[in-house]
This record gives sequence, C-alpha cells and structure tokens, in this order.
Amino acid sequence: MKHMTKNKWFSFFLIGAVMLLSGCNQLVVFDPKGPVAQSQKDLIMYSLIFMMIIVVVVFVLFAFMVYKFRDRPNRKSSDYDPDIHGNTMIEIIWTVIPLAIVIALSIPTVQTIYDLEKPSAEGTDEEPLVIYATSADWKWFFSYPEQNIETVNYLHIPTGRDIEFRLSSADSMAALWIPALGGQKYNMAGMETVLYLQADEPGVYDGRNSNFNGEGFAKQTFKVHAESKEQFEDWVQSIQIEKPALTQEQYDTLLEPGLTNTMAFSSTHLQWVDHGTNEGRDYSIERHEDAYGKLLHLENINKSNQPQEVGE
Amino acid sequence: MQLDEFFVTGEPLIYGGMVSIVLVTSAIIFLLTYLKRWGWLWREWLTTVDHKKIGIMYILSALAMLFRGGVDALMMRVQLAFPNMNFLNSQHYNEIFTTHGTVMIIFMAMPFLVGLMNIIVPLQIGARDFAFPFVNAVSFWSFFFGAMLFNISFVIGGSPDAGWTSYTPLAGAALSPGPGQNFYLMGLQLAGIGTLATGINLMVTILKMRAPGMKMFDMPIFTWSTLVTSFIIIFAFPILTVALALLTIDRIFGSQFFTLTGEGMPMMWANLFWMWGHPEVYIVILPAFGIFSEIIATFARKQLFGYKAMVWSMILIAGLSFLVWVHHFFTMGAGALVNSVFSVSTMLIAVPTGVKIFNWLATLYKSRIQMTTAMMWSLAFIPSFVIGGVTGVMLGMAAADYQFHNSYFLIAHFHYVLIAGTVFACFAGLVYWYPKMFGHKLNERIGKHSFWWFLIGFHVCFFPQYFVGLDGMPRRVFAILPEWMPLNVISTVGAFGMGVGFVIFVYNIYYSYRYSKREEKGDAWDGRTLEWATPTPVPFYNFATLPEINGRDAFLSMKKNNETTFDEERLEPIHMPSNTGQPIIMMAILAFASFALVFEWIGLAVIGLIGTLIMMGIRSFDYDDGYHVEVDEIKKIERSARGL
Repeated sequence: MKHMTKNKWFSFFLIGAVMLLSGCNQLVVFDPKGPVAQSQKDLIMYSLIFMMIIVVVVFVLFAFMVYKFRDRPNRKSSDYDPDIHGNTMIEIIWTVIPLAIVIALSIPTVQTIYDLEKPSAEGTDEEPLVIYATSADWKWFFSYPEQNIETVNYLHIPTGRDIEFRLSSADSMAALWIPALGGQKYNMAGMETVLYLQADEPGVYDGRNSNFNGEGFAKQTFKVHAESKEQFEDWVQSIQIEKPALTQEQYDTLLEPGLTNTMAFSSTHLQWVDHGTNEGRDYSIERHEDAYGKLLHLENINKSNQPQEVGE
Repeated sequence: MQLDEFFVTGEPLIYGGMVSIVLVTSAIIFLLTYLKRWGWLWREWLTTVDHKKIGIMYILSALAMLFRGGVDALMMRVQLAFPNMNFLNSQHYNEIFTTHGTVMIIFMAMPFLVGLMNIIVPLQIGARDFAFPFVNAVSFWSFFFGAMLFNISFVIGGSPDAGWTSYTPLAGAALSPGPGQNFYLMGLQLAGIGTLATGINLMVTILKMRAPGMKMFDMPIFTWSTLVTSFIIIFAFPILTVALALLTIDRIFGSQFFTLTGEGMPMMWANLFWMWGHPEVYIVILPAFGIFSEIIATFARKQLFGYKAMVWSMILIAGLSFLVWVHHFFTMGAGALVNSVFSVSTMLIAVPTGVKIFNWLATLYKSRIQMTTAMMWSLAFIPSFVIGGVTGVMLGMAAADYQFHNSYFLIAHFHYVLIAGTVFACFAGLVYWYPKMFGHKLNERIGKHSFWWFLIGFHVCFFPQYFVGLDGMPRRVFAILPEWMPLNVISTVGAFGMGVGFVIFVYNIYYSYRYSKREEKGDAWDGRTLEWATPTPVPFYNFATLPEINGRDAFLSMKKNNETTFDEERLEPIHMPSNTGQPIIMMAILAFASFALVFEWIGLAVIGLIGTLIMMGIRSFDYDDGYHVEVDEIKKIERSARGL
C-alpha cells in the first residue's frame, strides 16, 4: 500500500515536470521573434545553467545534512562534534567558486549590454526605421517621421529591419515592452531614450506599458503587426492616402488622460511638439492640469474600455 | 471641506473596514473600562522605557500590520485569480498594492525585527537597558503613530495609489492631487524619525554597553547583525528623510524638485529612493541572517561554523548595499557603462551571501539537529532563500533584466527573499525567544501545523509567478489576460494557504497563553548566549550582577563553570531610568501636526509643531535622573525568580 502511494506521487511529479517544461516553450520570453529577444533568451539560458547547478548542489548538501545529522537514538558518537569552528581551506574554496561564477556571468552580460545599445545591422547599408513612441496617460502614439504618418495604440513594422524606437512620455513615466521582440526601456517626459528592436518573423505581438503610471495602466497596451517589407509599404501608403492629417487641436484632446481606441493619421505630432525635449516636457500638464485628478472608475469587464482594433 | 470629502465613500469594502475599526475600538475601550485597566495600561505600557516592554509593543504592532498587509495581499490575489474578476476596480487595486508594499516593508518587517532587537540585544550583551531608554520610547511612539497615520488613510482622505516606490512625476501634485500621497509622505517621515533614532541607539548600546570582557568578536551573531544593520540605518535613512521632505515641499508648498514643470528632475526621486531603498532591503535581511544563525547553532547543538567569515560577509554585504541602487532601474537608459558597473556590483553581493549559506550548511555538519518549530523555520529558509538568491543574480544581469524588469519574475524574486528571509526569521525568532518574553513556549504541535501551511502556501503562491512573469505579465496590473489564468489560480490558492498558516500561528499564541506549561528556569532551549542566563520572567533590570565574559557562547561556558548572573556577594544598587509619559505625548502631538499637514491645514500643523517643540523644551529641562534599586529588593526578586 505504502509502495503504491509512493509511485502515485512519483507519477504526479513526472506529469507536473512535463507540463512545466512543455509550458516553458510557450512562455513569451523563451519564444523570441527577433534578434534582441533571442540574445536575451540566450543570456538567460546561459545563466540558468549556473543557477540550476547552484540550486542542485545546495539542495543535495542540505538534504544530506538534515537527514544524516538529525537527532535520533543510536547515533554514533563519532558523528557529533560540537566544537568544529571553521576550516580555512574549505572556506576559501566556497568563496572562490561563487566569485568564478560571477565572473563567468559578468562577461556575456557586459557584452550583451553593449550589443543592445546599437542596431543589430550596424555597419551595413540599411538604416534603422525610426519610430517615435510617445506614452501619454494611458495610450501610445507612434510617429513615423520618414513616412509622415502617426498611429495610436498599434503599430506596423517591417520584418528583418532594425527599428529605432525613440521613447518619451507626455506625462508620467512609462516603459515600452514588447516581450516577443525584446526587453523594455523607460519613456520619460523631457528626455529621449533609444531602444533597438527587430522582428524576424511576421506576426502580431503584444506590446504594453510595463511601468505603473496610474489608473489606466493595465489598459495601456498595443498590438505590433510585423509584416514583410512590401506589405509594410502598402500599409504606409494606405494610411497616407486614406487617413486625415492630425491637427494640433485633435492631438491636444487626445492627450487628455483617458483611454482611446486605435487611430491613424497622415501626419505626426512632431511638427509642433516633441515630448522628448526639454521644451516639450510640460506640454500636456499645462493643457490638462485639472484632468489628472479625475477618476475613470475603470472596471475590469467593461467592453467600452477595451481599445478596438481599427485601421488595419 | 465637506464631510464626504473627508471620509472615503462609495466602496462597500471600505465601509466594512470602517465598521470593523469602530467595533474593535469600542471593544477595546469597553474591556479596558470594564476590567479597570486604564491605569495599568498607562503605567505599565504607555509610559514604559523598558526595552523588553517596548520590544513587545513593537512585535504586537508588527503582527497587526502583518494582518493588514496580508488582507491586502489576499484581496489582490482574489482579483488576479481570473481574467474577468471584478472584485476590485483599477483605482482600488492600485491603492491596495501600494499600501500592501509600504505596510509590509516599513510597518511590518522593520518593526518586527526592531522589536526582537529591542528585547534581545541588551540581554545578549549583558546590558541593563538601551543606551538611551527615553529615545527608545520616542522611537517606538514615532513608529506607532506613523503606522496609524498611514493606515487611517483608507477611511479618511483616501489611500496613496502610486506604488510603494512612489515614483515621481506620478506621485507629484500635478498627477496625483489630493491627500493620498501626503499620507504616504508623512507616515513614512514620522516612522523614519523613530528608525533613525533606533539605529543610533542600538549602535551606541552595542559599542558602549557590552558586559565587561566581551570583545567585538565575542558578540553573539545576532548582536553583530544588529550592529551592522544600525550602521546601514544611520547612513541610509537620512537620504529617505531628505527625499520625503523635498517631495512634501513639492506637493504642499509648490516647489519644483521632482515636477515636470519648472525644470524639476522627476528621475532624481528614483535615484534618491533607491539609494535608501536598496540598503533598506539589507536592513530587513541582515537581522534575519543573525536570527537564523542563532537558532541553527542552538538546535544543531554545535557552534556556528566560520563565525568570523559570517561577520565579515555581513560587513561586506552592508558596504556593497550602497553601491547597487541603479539595478532597480537598469531600463532608465543610463547607458552601457553605468549598467555594466552596477550589474557586476550587484552580482558580487552573491559572493558573501553564498559564503553565509555554505557556513550554515557546514554548521549542520556533524551536528545533532533538533526539529523544533524555530529550527524548522530556519532550515526551510536555506533552500527557499537560495531560489530567491539565484533569481536575484539573474535580475542583476542588466541585459536580461530588460525582460524581467517590472514583471512577475521580479515579484516572485523579492517575495522569495523577503518572505523566506525576513518573514521566516520573524516567525522563527518569535518562536525561539517567546519563552524569554512571555514565560511560556508556544505549542510545538500547532506551531508545526502553522509552519507547513505557510511554507507550502508560500511556494505554491510565488513559484508560479516566475513563469507567469516570463510569459509577459507585468506587475501592478489589476486585470490578467486569459493565458495567464492557470498559474494565477495556483498562486491565489497558495496565498490562502499562507493565510491559514498565519491564522494558526495567531491561534497558537492564544492556545499557548491558556495551556502551555510555564517556564521555571530562564534557559528554555539549553541556549548558548547570555539572554538565556537571565531568569524568566526577566527582572526589569535584566542582570543582578554583570557577568565577566571571555569568549563566544558566553552562557555555555558559564553553565560549564556553574556560574550565574546572580552573585549575592557582588550585589550593588542598580541605577534605572524612570517611566515617563513624555515620549507618547510628544509623538502624539507630532502625529497631529503631520495629520494636519496631510490635509494641508497649515495653521493646525504649525500649532502641532510648536507643541512638539514645547515638549522637547520640557524634556531638555527635565532633571529626573532615575532611581536606584536597592540590594535587598534585588535579592528578593532574584531569589523568587530563581527558586532559591
């Protein structure tokens, strides 16, 4: 009977482990769709090997000590020595090994940190596509200065080309995070940070603000449509032709704290304000000072709160 | 101001909170009056300067705060269990995660540990009280009123809702108008005074008041961890004080330190906050290390392995803790060089921490482990903390951190280190020193039930969060996506397991009060250090005669030589400080001033500040030098306590 239960627990454990590991492949960070996310996944995997070794060594030692040296009758007296106070040799060993691990982790970390600060295709002819990603409570503006178009709460990018996101915010601090394509960076008013990302596979990926910035935070999400170069250019053209130009009046209204649907325009807001500059940092505060204190009374299941997908 | 602006209205949960506050308060007032205990409360507790009683008040308050923060946590877990939950709306959820974080760190973890330090450190070094008993009482009341001020916000004025980090510009007056953030600022400022004063007090106590013969490297390891912690407090807390003051001036008087308008520098807040905030996490983890070291040595029946390495690693960790703050915002775009430097300094902390883990394991080698409840909490800490530690190193790798940052991976990591480290240590320390505080042990059987519920609940709750973080779930969202549901359901189940563990723990306090066998001697666990040399209950002067110390584990060698801390030949009158009501009155007035400042009632705030200054003046001209306990009285107390 006892044997049976043991087997049952073991099979539970096996099934659990299989489920956990198969689940791992679908975790978005472990399923990269571009070179940036790929290099981050590689770094994480590399570090995980060390971490697993450390965990296994400590757990085995721990289990051994607790089992072997628990207080029980009939223990040999040679097994008990209350006066051991230290051992220089062994203490040096277990200081040096962690130090070696830290060094082994530091080298690829520093390399990757430097790599991520520049486009992956640096040195080739192809220039990165520049997109200004501006956060405002609680929406995203994506301005394409070359194409002279602007989208709200969604964006299209060509595959196989570096995207140079120029990040800033109209008010609170946010962070642009598209986990399938790579890690995040902060959007801050009055300054500009640059984030390079690239998609290799076509697809629709989730993007969001990952840095808490108030009531509408959870809904400040967007979809990234990665598509071939030709499709991307078709899309740009259709926006340029079909969508109206953005007026300053309309832009100012959009900046007001709240949620918005997706939109597209055949001009950008950069012509009158760049929130990433010192002059643009208080543009929204000046205009909407009283609106920031108002509550949205944002509930979870309220369909009208969900940004609708339009203008594909 | 209208009354409905003053009180928070419209939320059924908050109405429930109001009703229970009124009921509990009236019940307490009724009981005190019915049992005629007002005078007793005032004389024995509210005016005490005895470090042991102050410590008990710290721990009781911390348990109450653990309950409050825990209820917050359970409410969040309910909301996050299913994708279409509507238990809390966005605003309410934001308030709750803000108060959960602030309460747990500032008003639970720190006071719990300070409470244990209060009771144990003077006993461990053979001192009769703190160096400054009056200041100790001031510290406690400043913490207590700070906690009350912060906690009252959810029924009066509205809770802060910008996260426990309170990042500007979000937390500034432009984006978060109203009293909510002011509660955060004033509550922390008020409690911070107490923490800073405690840091100074403990440092002086340990440096100047050790028993004759006790060298620095003879001190018990918990005292060492307290000393190192007090240095961190003294260097880190002034940064918080200044940052809070600047933001308060911003919000109330319209200056522009952290604002978007007028050339303010909002990102300076993040720097100042974490220059305090990172050392702060070591303020709550180093004492935990000290507690585990004491308990493991005691119940392994073996001296601590590598005592000197343990001390030096703590000192090293304390130093490094001031050099890593940027890792909280690698994603701010400070550049590759800055991120690289802080990546490496962060990972370096793993080295002294790893040394400590191996030293604990080596302490178990050739030991004789007694599985008491306190020991089980301490043993469970080792593997749990290692999981938190290795994921901490992963977070320290900046390039990978761009994916982990602001996600549930981070949430899982810091709960793994803070719960498995600090909370386990608080429980372990309370169970271990309980007989010294209250004269009876906590029931072991119930204690083990509580331990298993809490431990399993903890892993079930937080282990899945690593994975849901890697699946892109950010922290602080009030609504989850359907694909995150399975892991979140598991997590919520675990959270309730922890809740059950806590309830059993509290029930155990009641049960043991009723039924546990009373301690007859002071040495409940066959201990090694001086606190066990005192009789139980500990006389208010602690040691009738101060022992001569030569070496570590002082009480162990005293027991071998048949010595006690009561030597009738050497008795002398003992000088003790008098009780005083000044600390509680002074801090109550300061709390009143802070409350007025929260609502920006400047006139009332000025009156309160003047009142506080007057109280300080009264104290300055107070010539009460305390009193002496006569030899006959000491003899009487000691003889009855020791059954002679």
